[in-house]
Amino acid sequence: MYNGAKIIIGLIIFLGLVIFPFIYSGGKATAKPDPKVDTPEILQLPENERKCVESKEYMKKEHMKMLNEWRDWVVRDGVTVYVSTSGKEYNMSLQNTCMKCHSNKEKFCDECHNYTAVNPYCWDCHIKPKEKES
Amino acid sequence: MSMDRREFIKIAGISSLLGLGGVSGVGAIKGRVEASQIKKSPEALQAKRWAMVVDMSKFKTEEDYQVCIDACHRVHNVPHITDNPKHEIKWLWPDTYEHSFPGNEDEYRADKYQHMPFLLLCNHCDNPPCVRVCPTQATFKRKSDGIVMMDMHRCIGCRFCMAGCPYGARSFNYKDPRPYIDESTQNPEFPTRMKGVVEKCTFCYERLAHGLEPACVEAAKEVAAKKGTTPGLVFGDLEDPNSEVRKILSERFTIRRKPDLGTGPSVYYII
Repeated sequence: MYNGAKIIIGLIIFLGLVIFPFIYSGGKATAKPDPKVDTPEILQLPENERKCVESKEYMKKEHMKMLNEWRDWVVRDGVTVYVSTSGKEYNMSLQNTCMKCHSNKEKFCDECHNYTAVNPYCWDCHIKPKEKES
Repeated sequence: MSMDRREFIKIAGISSLLGLGGVSGVGAIKGRVEASQIKKSPEALQAKRWAMVVDMSKFKTEEDYQVCIDACHRVHNVPHITDNPKHEIKWLWPDTYEHSFPGNEDEYRADKYQHMPFLLLCNHCDNPPCVRVCPTQATFKRKSDGIVMMDMHRCIGCRFCMAGCPYGARSFNYKDPRPYIDESTQNPEFPTRMKGVVEKCTFCYERLAHGLEPACVEAAKEVAAKKGTTPGLVFGDLEDPNSEVRKILSERFTIRRKPDLGTGPSVYYII
């Protein structure tokens, strides 16, 4: 083999770099995100009214698209009332509707966003709810 | 199976046509389902074209207009930046006669007019130059009520609109405005802005949607109620002949800022 020593050293460095993240994390998987919905605002609602604007599955999958649509409807079209599939009406507002129930941004939004390494810029402008120490 | 060129082009053409048709069909259905889920708030104030009349006889002292400015800036979390006048953010602000109505100066005009602090704001033009120059449609004229709106999500901070606006109604956030907003008095119902976007008066679109008049108009009404006079700011529909604004315009002599530029401003002044 030509330049065998150099190639082997190079391979070892390469392997080291590739394996490093696994060694660094100790071979354990990062804890799964567990967003909390037990804010005082939600807990004081009667049991059968503890529902989001749409089903949990829909919100998990589509909330980002929904927020984009709400934004366009409110800001660009001047339409402010959302009628959910259950027929209930909501004021379309991140700050004044979503976060009134989900007042725990860190445990609700950030929990999954950090896990999936997405960094939405909502809070650059929108005022996040005051977090209560729990 | 062999295929000649003619055959191949035929099949390719038909299948791409089918594909395009299918996609647009799905799009049409999807759009309809979503659109049926929203509606206008029944309490919202509606107009074809919102306009404002400023009665300068009600704005004599600094306090008179400061009440309105404070109301506006508090409701919209407008930062109070004083360390550099170029970084100042203004939605509603006072300026002199010669700056407000240039081309109309007269060295012999009475001092009280010359130094009268005119209350200025975005004119919500009928033909807004800022909208024409905006490359992202972040600023746009709402078809429903004529308000020249800002969509902060889209603003890229190019400042073309500031160059385009002949009224200086737009302010750029040269730095993060948050440190300049008092957290104890900020309005938690309205967002702030971030560094790098342009902002201006929006005729309180968020209040109109909930049946409230603009914050400055409300403040002017409160002052008027205390003093027992008519309010200094009147808000209404310019296209409705029975609106309060139109009644004033048909009775009093009013002027607008730089109407010769053809922008069609919607803010009128009674001197």
